[in-house]
Amino acid sequence: MSMARVAAVFALVAAVFAGAGAMPVGHAAAAAPAQELVVFEASSLKDAFAVLAEKFQARHAGIKVATNAAGSQELRTQIEHGAQADVFASADLKHMDKLRQAGLVLAPTVFACNQPVLVVRAGSRVKSFKDLPDVERLVVGAPDVPIGTYSDQILAAAARQFGADWSKRVQARIVSRELNVRQVLAKVTLGEADAGIVYRTDAMTAKGKAIPIAIPDALNVTAEYPIAALAAAPRADLAAAWIALVMSPAGQAVLAQHGFTACPKK
Amino acid sequence: MTTSRGRRPQRGVRDAAWTTALAVPAVVLVAALVLPLAGLLLTASPSELAGGLRHPLVGPALRLSLLTTVIAVAFIIVAGTPLAWFLARWRTRAGRVLEVLVQIPVVVPPAVAGVALLLAFGRQGLFGPALARVGVGLPFSTPAVVLAEIFVAAPFFLQGAVDAFRRVNEDLLVVAHSLGAGRTRVFFTVAVPLALPGLVGGAAMAWARALGEFGATLMFAGNLTGRTQTLPLAIYTALESDLSAARAIALILMAVAFALLLAIRAGARR
Repeated sequence: MSMARVAAVFALVAAVFAGAGAMPVGHAAAAAPAQELVVFEASSLKDAFAVLAEKFQARHAGIKVATNAAGSQELRTQIEHGAQADVFASADLKHMDKLRQAGLVLAPTVFACNQPVLVVRAGSRVKSFKDLPDVERLVVGAPDVPIGTYSDQILAAAARQFGADWSKRVQARIVSRELNVRQVLAKVTLGEADAGIVYRTDAMTAKGKAIPIAIPDALNVTAEYPIAALAAAPRADLAAAWIALVMSPAGQAVLAQHGFTACPKK
Repeated sequence: MTTSRGRRPQRGVRDAAWTTALAVPAVVLVAALVLPLAGLLLTASPSELAGGLRHPLVGPALRLSLLTTVIAVAFIIVAGTPLAWFLARWRTRAGRVLEVLVQIPVVVPPAVAGVALLLAFGRQGLFGPALARVGVGLPFSTPAVVLAEIFVAAPFFLQGAVDAFRRVNEDLLVVAHSLGAGRTRVFFTVAVPLALPGLVGGAAMAWARALGEFGATLMFAGNLTGRTQTLPLAIYTALESDLSAARAIALILMAVAFALLLAIRAGARR
């Protein structure tokens, strides 16, 4: 058989597949309502939301809570590209606002706050935030990752208070700008970096391998966590119930146990 | 092809059925490999691509990626060719064990490879303190990027090179010896030229793997522009702020890889 014929058969098969791809699909799935609540959550919420998921399942028999934990930016991209979810909980307002503007989520509510802290390696000489230039290797988040944005804001405020020389010495100690907060923490707990800036909630998971040091209130920022139901939520009723649980005193207590702080009154 | 009498038409039909049976899975695989790339390429507007090219992360990351992968692949070829030669010719149990051992990095997930490198060469690692005494600190440095690339890419070269050396006809080596050629001469003028297509193919695979290396680098070398941020890390960093920039950098990575792999294959054919 000639090459031309082989090529012709290939083309035919390809055309059949292309035709199949163009046909509308996916109408079959709309039969019974899903017995599942799909929660897209920022990575830092993973442990607290796992506890809340058990509470939720205990109250709603037959319903399973499926969680997808990732960076807020990743989750936003997934939602923008049509991911099926009921609730989105973000670690910063920016990504939620973008989804709100696009009409993909309903009105968001701030449900928790988190504060960056300095973590240092066990046995470090550094005892206060002002000692930061004494470390050899400092690791912070990448500029566009929320924790990196906050770190830059904190360091800029510290530069105004402690002077340009302090700032220059600190900047020279930065050896890496990690892509998420868990990577920052890992570098410190593995002992490769001497210090890093992470959320209080992450520092609480390090269990002695990284020592938290508070950042002075005058320099620090507060990360606000908004939650919203998706406009196209398959189970809008369950989405509302989940948000109600998160906002309830029981839900807020679970968040506090995991290191989240009360939000400053506005 | 004739169409009139006899068995020929029937065989033609059987041929077509047979080719179709082969073509269906082949086309599915081509689609699985090519459609995502087409999606990346076709959904980008020219202005987005131009903006991506001008993204501040691109220049330093491209330079660093080329520099580190060239060093890594050069080292893999120089050290890996003799190793592959030994592995191909040692027919002992130790040789077989070593051959499997050097393939292990292929199945280690990249992030785990990064942790493994830290546990070996990091400050708290097995050899970290010894390295520190001679003034070498690998983590968060450009040499760490090269080391991560060697770790993940070398097995791809070794696999191709060992297979290529095994296919070299033993008789030719014996003849060369009997005609008075020394071991060195036999290796360089008979064994290596005969194995060259396999060596080049292995080097190309290793190079491609090194260029795409992400997880081990992030863990072991960190992510700092100009020092340890290679193209894949720049893509992930850009992804945090701007999908279109990340896509543009990804297309640059693919274009560079495509051009270099094509050049290597063209060079090998000559």
